[in-house]
Amino acid sequence: MAEGPDQPGLSSGKTHKRWVRLSHWIITLSVLTLAFSGFEILMVHPRLYWGKAGNDLTPALMELPISRNYKHGGYDERVPLTENASGPVSASRTYNIFNQNGWGRSLHFLAAWFLVLPGLVYALLGFLTGHFRWNIWPRFRKLRARRIGGDGPQYKPLQKVTYTFVIFVAAPLMVLTGLTMSPAVTTAWPWLLDLFGGYQSARTIHFFASAVLVLFVIGHVVMVIRSGFRRQIRGMTLGR
Amino acid sequence: MEKKDTSKLITRRGALIVGAAAIGGVILARRFPKILPPTCGNFLRAGDSFTYGMQRALLSESSLAREYRPEDMTSFPATGTTDPATDKKAEFGGDYRRLQGGAFADWRLPVGGSVAKPRAFTLAELKQFTPRTQITRHTCEEGWTAIGQWTGVPLSAVLAAVGALPSARFVMFKAYDGWADSIDMVDALHPQTILAYGMNGRDLPIPHGAPVRLRVERQIGYKSMKFLKSITVADEFVDGGKDGNIQTGWAWYTGI
Repeated sequence: MAEGPDQPGLSSGKTHKRWVRLSHWIITLSVLTLAFSGFEILMVHPRLYWGKAGNDLTPALMELPISRNYKHGGYDERVPLTENASGPVSASRTYNIFNQNGWGRSLHFLAAWFLVLPGLVYALLGFLTGHFRWNIWPRFRKLRARRIGGDGPQYKPLQKVTYTFVIFVAAPLMVLTGLTMSPAVTTAWPWLLDLFGGYQSARTIHFFASAVLVLFVIGHVVMVIRSGFRRQIRGMTLGR
Repeated sequence: MEKKDTSKLITRRGALIVGAAAIGGVILARRFPKILPPTCGNFLRAGDSFTYGMQRALLSESSLAREYRPEDMTSFPATGTTDPATDKKAEFGGDYRRLQGGAFADWRLPVGGSVAKPRAFTLAELKQFTPRTQITRHTCEEGWTAIGQWTGVPLSAVLAAVGALPSARFVMFKAYDGWADSIDMVDALHPQTILAYGMNGRDLPIPHGAPVRLRVERQIGYKSMKFLKSITVADEFVDGGKDGNIQTGWAWYTGI
């Protein structure tokens, strides 16, 4: 791909604004930390469910072979928990599971603040400055081929569709499904549980949305490399 | 001319946003807890404290955690200490074994600290309080959930009976497996925070914390301590030192 004014990302004379560059890198660090700590948290219980509740004693939607906790089966005999002998059971765990959530969870939530707070500022400025309107939101009918008084990057339609999906669908979905796993948040905002069909559904959606976002990050980095890595990194860091 | 109008609009918008942010900031600062748990030099614990403060500042204190229908109840794994009498790590395993042998008739729950009338409750005395039964979701930090029915006495009723002083800020619990942990008064006085002696319509089974466990429905499962041994009301932050969460490497506040 030749360098020139029409390629994706930065075109000559167009720069990323300072708040875009700053929020881009803060959110980058946050997302990488969230992916790392999120994977650790998933390793502790690599079973996914659908609905309100799910655990080692109930059937899983799917099980992921990503830690020694995968199908460990380490439970004592099952005993009925109610008068109904075919009803819910209990069993005591006998297996020493892998669990690094002491730091994993805290790191995940610390990193999440660095997504949510800069993300809110980014969203606010994106709407107010017209960044979303001019640079991100796809325009299928080229009514305004040349923008009036606009500056900033000129993205290709597919690129705009992707960024729009990440900013307005995937990222809010990650945050909302994440909040649905918080017992304090769903006590105050129980509609979150109804929105996603229960805690475990939210957890499963959280996992699949994170997988989509990881694919986006990989694709994004590949495109940055292919369109001129040094130039793109310089543009997103120094604004030139 | 059009450009001029746009810039004016943005300025007005900007002023509105700055104003709203300032009002929001003042409300947030007023509701943010005045006492935060120590971080012990760990930056992860600073994040936990921020989450604690923000949740206290932004979320209603009185709303109830979702309660489920009997048909929603699920199987329920017992994890952590499942019997202090046989667990080698359980600090008070011998005491617990004796109490278990006597069907917990000799079990006492001392409630002391910043209270006007400290006293110890027997299981029968706890059962004389008006009970509360709730079907709630247990949310484990590991990622699993289970729905069970709990019957017990609201902690607020016990604290009222011993006359918790207005200076009280935290309530600390000790357990027969050696755990120690605390909750703030917002959680301690919440109607769904109960000392549970019944599970799914029967006596609380030993793997689930017999004779009495705590239920803190707005936090992650490990705050709902099993095998309760004592309760202490405190004016200052306490989490049990080496036995408490912060020094064992876990978050003290787990509303998330």
